[in-house]
Amino acid sequence: MSYATQKLVEEKVFKDPVHRYIHVRDQVIWDLINSKEFQRLRRIKQLGTSYLVFHGAEHSRFSHSLGVYEIVRRISDDVFHGRPEWDESERLTVLCAALLHDLGHGPFSHSFEKVFNVDHEEFTKAILTGDTEVNGILKKVSADFPAHVAEVIAKTYSNKQVVSLISSQIDADRMDYLQRDAYYTGVSYGHFDMERILRVMRPLADQVVIKSSGMHAVEDYIMSRYQMYWQVYFHPVARSAEVILRKILQRAKELSESGYKFKQPPTHFLAFFDRSFTLADYLALDEGVLMTYFQLWMNERDPILADLCDRFVNRRLFQYVDFDPGKDYKKLGELAALFEQAGINPEYYLIADSTSDLPYDFYRPGEEEERLPIQLLMPNGDVKELSRLSQVVDAISGKRRTDYKLYFPAELLIDGKKKAIKQQILEMLREGGV
Amino acid sequence: MLQEHAKIVDFIATAEGVTGRKKLQKMIYIMKKLNVPFQEKYEFHIYGPYSEELAARIDELCDMGFLSEALEDKGSYVQYKYAVTDEGMEFRNALGSSFLQHPQAAALLNGKSARFLELTATLLYFDHLERNEQIAKLHSVKGKLNFTQAETEEALRFLEELEQLKHS
Repeated sequence: MSYATQKLVEEKVFKDPVHRYIHVRDQVIWDLINSKEFQRLRRIKQLGTSYLVFHGAEHSRFSHSLGVYEIVRRISDDVFHGRPEWDESERLTVLCAALLHDLGHGPFSHSFEKVFNVDHEEFTKAILTGDTEVNGILKKVSADFPAHVAEVIAKTYSNKQVVSLISSQIDADRMDYLQRDAYYTGVSYGHFDMERILRVMRPLADQVVIKSSGMHAVEDYIMSRYQMYWQVYFHPVARSAEVILRKILQRAKELSESGYKFKQPPTHFLAFFDRSFTLADYLALDEGVLMTYFQLWMNERDPILADLCDRFVNRRLFQYVDFDPGKDYKKLGELAALFEQAGINPEYYLIADSTSDLPYDFYRPGEEEERLPIQLLMPNGDVKELSRLSQVVDAISGKRRTDYKLYFPAELLIDGKKKAIKQQILEMLREGGV
Repeated sequence: MLQEHAKIVDFIATAEGVTGRKKLQKMIYIMKKLNVPFQEKYEFHIYGPYSEELAARIDELCDMGFLSEALEDKGSYVQYKYAVTDEGMEFRNALGSSFLQHPQAAALLNGKSARFLELTATLLYFDHLERNEQIAKLHSVKGKLNFTQAETEEALRFLEELEQLKHS
């Protein structure tokens, strides 16, 4: 028996709060789970800073990755198995891609990537194809297997049907994270009838479609996603923590480049400051490492770094107001000047942040080429795009919602000297003058 | 604070407007690959390099009134035409001078069709591969578009032209 088809003597199961059990029979999958690069995902939270708002949201990318694997395993082994449009030889490729799709995520990915201009997808590819335990396992399947798995995750694989199971507007990734994040945050949104959706999924050439009888379950899924984005993922307080995190990393970089003598040197970050990092440097990081630095940097002599770290560790977050950048960008400049006059560095203490989401989009022939639409399979075999049949989905299709916030440390504007200037700043902020 | 928004406005102003979302996506991608410091993150979106962040930023700029978005009916499909408004020009000027070191690149790209830019951008996406693998990958992911050998060669020549421009 080849390694690709080798089964465990006994099926292994992981108890899981979302899927009840996660089933592993393939030796390859079991070995991948036990690799050090996959175990690292236990030390990276799925929702970054959201735990500072939803205290239950401490779950990891490890559990999410297992969940995505389990959904794809069920689709492959239970729903698609035996159907002529499904190529059984793709089974192991898609299972590995599902399990490993988030492998390149780093600690507090969103902030880390922005500050250091790195891309977790590039790291995923590097882990799959570089000198790693994961690569060693995948290579035992075949020499080109690591590249195939990497291509599925990068969406450049030739079989689009396989890609769409991992990355589309109704994929296993989203179906797991919506339910898992809802469970761990404790919110009541995010739940939908996944069992129904799985039962009505069908493989077609180059895509996966949903039988039209499952349209209402898909509507529920789209609405769940919409609510989760605005109630959980874009929560303004979690964004405040993200802003502070970004500024900590930015400050540490700036200090290092200026020759500042750290009490606790940023050893783990140096290669990212000068962009000389290797994959090993990246894999050495996790959220435990970052939090340790933040705790130690609370005692640094630099008042900005020490303050920002204290804010993050002890949850003394920035306040925020709404603002309209189209109208207020000039006032933003005035406000930054007032911050300077008040002795507060606006680069670190006055931060504009925006976030936006497109709940569902459809393909416009000849024009856009972004998200594959959700296609419904009609009883006569025709395929129709979801928003043409669903009034609920049509109402939110192609409509982007954006939220702009301005973050600042409210208590610094109340205490201390230069009260007149600070009063002027507070009035501008209160009046929505920015 | 809105520097990344300003860069997009600056680029579209320099190009004197851009017709087609796909075209705009590919133009910015190609510029980024030429080390122009756009920050928008790109992924391969089934049919080619695509940036959700850029799409969001364009929508935001339209909401802010800095870009105008006109819909052109092309018969079997519609196309979006983007231009910088007077308010957008004021915004661009308020945030400083143009950041584009080689503004002629914007015009060069704008002179090409969306199909050609799609081909060029896809070749660039796979530029880490050997030339024959790069072209094979292009045909693997873009099989339905049936790019000819002549088109591919023209795209590769165009990339060399842009590279030379960068070093001029």
